[in-house]
Amino acid sequence: MTDPMRIRAQAAGDKTTVRVLMSHEMETGQRKDSAGKTVPAWFIQEVSASHNGKPVLSAQWGPAVSKNPFLQFTIKGAKAGDKIVVSWVDNKGEARTDEATVS
Amino acid sequence: MHTRRELIAQAAAVAGLAATAGMLPSVAQAAWSQAAFDAKTMADAVKALGGSAPAESKDVTLTSPDIAENGAVVPLSCACALPGVKRLALLVEKNPNALAAVFDISDAVESNVATRVKMGQSSNVFAVAMMADGRVLFAQKEVKVTLGGCGG
Repeated sequence: MTDPMRIRAQAAGDKTTVRVLMSHEMETGQRKDSAGKTVPAWFIQEVSASHNGKPVLSAQWGPAVSKNPFLQFTIKGAKAGDKIVVSWVDNKGEARTDEATVS
Repeated sequence: MHTRRELIAQAAAVAGLAATAGMLPSVAQAAWSQAAFDAKTMADAVKALGGSAPAESKDVTLTSPDIAENGAVVPLSCACALPGVKRLALLVEKNPNALAAVFDISDAVESNVATRVKMGQSSNVFAVAMMADGRVLFAQKEVKVTLGGCGG
């Protein structure tokens, strides 16, 4: 049910900027619905990224990260054709992994 | 000052124990630092992440808008000019839980990350860099929010 992430990795010189747009509701657990009941928290907790199979970045997120989260980071030494894999796990245990090629 | 620090350290330790013992609800992943994300202030969150007392530094850069029209989507980016950064964290002072995101930086990536966070109201935003040598540096900036991001 989760939509794929949109990943763009662009090499410039010896650095590659990776931009990731994930599709996730990111409920904070603070909001109430029209009946006054609290909407349970539902957010991405862990994000990890790897470059050609080698883990390069991991992150822990709280519910304060925006809906449909955006993440940008820079990998040193990646070149065109390299493979970038990004995956996340949310607090309900759902996970998603997507990959992109450096251009 | 000392007693306050000790108190904070104790509170963080107890919270950490509770989280590791699985006493708190909604602990889905062991690696996710429940204590840090439950912390109400920057100092508590840094303690829970295992850092020492943070010091303000101009080597840490926090990029954010001065005025955010929509508190639900506030672009933040943090960077550290010094080598040896282990972790970068973004915190919003007046959110219900201060910590928004923690990034574990490896040697293969630059210590520069950007994301977007929610802010309930105008508040100070912190970028914290935890160095490999144990130092904890931070930068802060005030962001004014015109429209809150918590469905208000």
